[in-house]
Amino acid sequence: MMAGFILACSIVFLLQFFISYCRSLIAASVREPLSQEVQEVTGMTRPATEEEFARVLQLLQLCPERPEERGEIGLIRTYFRMLGVIRSTIARVAPSLERWTHAERGQCTHFVAVVLGRRIAFSRNLFAQQMSD
Amino acid sequence: MPGLFGYLVWTLCSLLEAGVIVCAFKKKAFRPYIFLNVYMAASLFVSIGRYNILQHYGLASSEYVYFYYYSDTLLTIFLYFALTSLFSRVFSEMHAEQYVKLGAVLLLGGTAVFSYAVVHQAETKLVSRFVVELSQNLYFVGLVLTYVLWAAVLKLRETRTRLVQLVLSLGVYFSLLAANYALRNLYPSMTLLFQILPPLVGCFLPAAWAYAFWRIPEEARLAPARLAVIR
Repeated sequence: MMAGFILACSIVFLLQFFISYCRSLIAASVREPLSQEVQEVTGMTRPATEEEFARVLQLLQLCPERPEERGEIGLIRTYFRMLGVIRSTIARVAPSLERWTHAERGQCTHFVAVVLGRRIAFSRNLFAQQMSD
Repeated sequence: MPGLFGYLVWTLCSLLEAGVIVCAFKKKAFRPYIFLNVYMAASLFVSIGRYNILQHYGLASSEYVYFYYYSDTLLTIFLYFALTSLFSRVFSEMHAEQYVKLGAVLLLGGTAVFSYAVVHQAETKLVSRFVVELSQNLYFVGLVLTYVLWAAVLKLRETRTRLVQLVLSLGVYFSLLAANYALRNLYPSMTLLFQILPPLVGCFLPAAWAYAFWRIPEEARLAPARLAVIR
């Protein structure tokens, strides 16, 4: 009984903290506009949508990885999938939750696109350095 | 003895703990977040100590079991003070540090008394039972306190990104530990899961704190209202 209560509480707390933590990671990128290069590569002109997530992620994986971004991309992918689970389960009975998950997944896409922009700039710098050596 | 996976996660976790201290030093966050760094340093030393005892005496030895549980309680107390220091930072503008410290000591004393009340009728190994009980209760108190701290962050409109991320990662860590504890009680037969899950959970906190120290500048700000799930 007590263990069940602790489990229920901890799951609610975990969801609350995990969602807020992921949003804090995404928050900084929300205000960051997409570079011209990213817009050209991805074809994204309007605000990012969840449908573009997989494609942007594939493009991201084609770029040389920056070690410091490894963890955050993994976490945002987990968050994106978790939002998908919420939408296909709980959100079916709560339309406002469905809108929220849609917007959140769009922001995840925007975050990945911003990281893609950083990686393109990083690769370009790396290439320029090699050329000068 | 732990398998290859166990040793790998153990090493990774220890490296991440050392990484937190290095990142904090490099970014001049060691002194401002001294309790968090002391906890990470203690955690690293305990990891090294556990490894040495494991090599000398083995996993099933009473030496290892005693060292494991006693050091775990010590680490929980360190983590409790780390959490209290985050409270002090959030309430620093209200000049309430003294009240926070007093409250923290009283709550720690209260938890210890409660833990003793639970185990005092045991006829054998009273101290060991008390140590384990105190550790478990402090984890749960830590979870509730982190939630209270998060509510205070939202209410006081705390904008320091690094501080917010440190609090949230602590919340995720405590929630995972509490869930693990509850699952262990509900489904004791799922031993494989409980061999894999806790070490991975243990890696999350140092990874998140190292990230917060390394990637988030002290002057970075955000609107915490944007982060709240429940408004």
